[in-house]
Amino acid sequence: MSSWAKAAVLWLCAMAMTSTAAGLPEGLTELGRPATEGEVAAWDIDVRPDFVGLPSGSGDVWAGEEIWLAQCASCHGDFGDSNEIFAPLVLGNITEEDIAAGRVASLTDPGVTRTTLMKVPTLSTLWDYIYRAMPWNAPKSLSPDEVYGLVAYLLNLGYVVDDDFVLSDTNMAETQARMPNRNGMSLDHGLWSVSGLPDVSGSSCITDCDVATTVTSSLPAYAMNAHGNLAKQVRDWGPYPGLWTDTVTDTDPNQIAMAGEGAAEVAMAPEAALSAGGCSGCHQMAGQLVGPGFDAIRTKYAGQKHAAYLRDKIVNGGAGVWGSMPMPAMPGVDEDSLQQLVAWLTSGEE
Amino acid sequence: MASDAEQGQLQPAPESFLPKDLVEDISRDGINSGRRSLLQGAFAAATASMVAPALMADDDPDIVNLPSWTRSLGKPVVANPYGQPSPYEANIVRRQSPGLTRTDQSSVSFTPLQNLFGMITPSGLHFERHHQGWVDIDPRRHRLMINGLVDTPLVFTMEDLLRMPSVSRIHFLECGANTGLEWGNVAVPTVQYSHGMLSASEFTGVPVSLLLERAGFDRKRATVLLAEGADGSSMTRTINLENALDDALVAYGQNGEMLRPENGYPLRLVVPGVQGVSWVKWLRRLEVGDAPWGTKDEVAHYVDLMPDGTHRQYTSIQEAKSVITAPSGGQKLLKQGYYDITGLAWSGRGTVEKVEVSVDGGRNWRAARLEGPILPKAMTRFHFDWVWQGDEALLQSRVTDSTGYIQPSRAELVEVRGSRSIYHNNAIQTWRVGNDGEVHNVQLG
Repeated sequence: MSSWAKAAVLWLCAMAMTSTAAGLPEGLTELGRPATEGEVAAWDIDVRPDFVGLPSGSGDVWAGEEIWLAQCASCHGDFGDSNEIFAPLVLGNITEEDIAAGRVASLTDPGVTRTTLMKVPTLSTLWDYIYRAMPWNAPKSLSPDEVYGLVAYLLNLGYVVDDDFVLSDTNMAETQARMPNRNGMSLDHGLWSVSGLPDVSGSSCITDCDVATTVTSSLPAYAMNAHGNLAKQVRDWGPYPGLWTDTVTDTDPNQIAMAGEGAAEVAMAPEAALSAGGCSGCHQMAGQLVGPGFDAIRTKYAGQKHAAYLRDKIVNGGAGVWGSMPMPAMPGVDEDSLQQLVAWLTSGEE
Repeated sequence: MASDAEQGQLQPAPESFLPKDLVEDISRDGINSGRRSLLQGAFAAATASMVAPALMADDDPDIVNLPSWTRSLGKPVVANPYGQPSPYEANIVRRQSPGLTRTDQSSVSFTPLQNLFGMITPSGLHFERHHQGWVDIDPRRHRLMINGLVDTPLVFTMEDLLRMPSVSRIHFLECGANTGLEWGNVAVPTVQYSHGMLSASEFTGVPVSLLLERAGFDRKRATVLLAEGADGSSMTRTINLENALDDALVAYGQNGEMLRPENGYPLRLVVPGVQGVSWVKWLRRLEVGDAPWGTKDEVAHYVDLMPDGTHRQYTSIQEAKSVITAPSGGQKLLKQGYYDITGLAWSGRGTVEKVEVSVDGGRNWRAARLEGPILPKAMTRFHFDWVWQGDEALLQSRVTDSTGYIQPSRAELVEVRGSRSIYHNNAIQTWRVGNDGEVHNVQLG
């Protein structure tokens, strides 16, 4: 091939490459349309660590506490220390030295419960997450001022700010400078990029390898059934049936009968409706969680005569029957689920 | 004496139809006319035996007593308009680990890896991880917005997206916290709970690169994407633009049908090789940016605690890992003899190059047989022939990926990262087979 021909081929290749890299199939630009400013504003609510995206506003610790007790304490505890529903947000174990250094020293201590405030390096995250996702059952119902107040209250619980502190868009940056673990994150690892370098490598030894083969950890016998009877969790025919770990039914025929009855009753619970309706976020089968246990509800309201009352409580909410925590209205529960739930809740023995 | 040919015809005869003494008789003397009538009688009896079988001691009753399904009319088409598994497979379902979480909306259900085959997870058994519950989204009202460092912020309807050029690719999806319960000690009994935040599907969708190009993204400044969901949590994660441009998809298809609601219907992000939390479900927005966002799941969760008290942030890639799925913890070998040890291997950095299996706790290794196709950032099924002679065995598997990376032992991993990191535990798993055939989850030291 002559040199001009080579040049022409190279030029054609270059053109072809350019058009694949930058060009789109003909007509594709007709798919999708420009977003309006209002649409972008409605969805682009994220706040970056450099506070890009932060709306203006303010809130103080006292205002935050009031909202907290009404909307947050049921899951997180009055002081953000509850471990009932979620891991504790704050436990009062952050020191002045931590705040000065921007490193929470107790993170090296396996005995210390890791709270959110011990980990979070960026104040923006608390603001962004509460604004976008809280409260649990009514996300995006808080105003910016309310979120400023809640963040101020949380920081106050962690001794990061004083009781009379007012958090606003104008002092977020200086407050960031007191975040207890602001210097606690590391990007020095190979797990961000697909071409990153691994920090650990396995051995390639294949014969007579010098490895320890003593069993140092296994499940104790009493824990084998903690996940339920394994025989019922594995295909029960074929070469590898599951281990029968339900020792109750192995030993005592009377207990078998009892366990059988209990199991039948739980199985009758409309699991799908409970889950879809959001009930199980606050209620569990037995015992108080945020709200009363279903066992207590079913005992108290056994009998068809309570059906209308319970239906109203589920749809419209209520307060004062089971303590101070109000039951929120659940208008989103569909008719089928509602009927199942009421039927089940009233089906106990009168 | 009957000819060999006549005798030969007797060989495949259904012996269970015939009284044993008659078979012996015929074998010895062949068929004479008298016996022909006897035979006819036997066949008549066999026909009758569909009601009342003449069962011999070593006959298999499941053969000789024709089961009801062989003697009845079956069910019609569309008895199940959407097909369901056999009722005999009812044990094979997603399960929660009791006590792991206190709410079912911010929780996990695990895939039953112990009983699955091949390299694809049935959509209904794909593990779940929701942060604020799952939602049913009306696809007609769903939108995808692309904004940030772009020429023009854009809005796409689902109709727009389904009209665009699509690709279908098979990839694994593993939660960054998979096997997280096992960092300190053995905590769970079966592979469902130890490794079941792992699934793989064929995903169909539009390459993110195409959408970004359509929006005219700022090639000079852009380094990251923010992906955001349309659920209540409006879950957000920062995505490395390098991944996004390479092979990420805005996906609507999963295993040939639309995504399941629990897996993000009608739209989710697919970021091959990267931990599941970045595959934002119910995807409503991609924002092009020049600095990471430090979202809740990048500062309070999905950060890996190191022994010096620092947290590794933005740990995303799922490094090479493998596990034997059968036989595995909580199962029992009933007999000695041949077994097909089988399991899965995968790497977030490329393809599976090699899997080795040890039956003596890692002292000696032999290559496993890899089943094709071997695809990048997908699960690869491996098999290993094994004859169990009734002795104790310590089963392990070890993968090497296309970058040369070798899966570490637990000791090798813990030496560098400690045991409190929660995330990215890709250590070699050990199953102990006892001389009673019981298989248990163990760690060695």
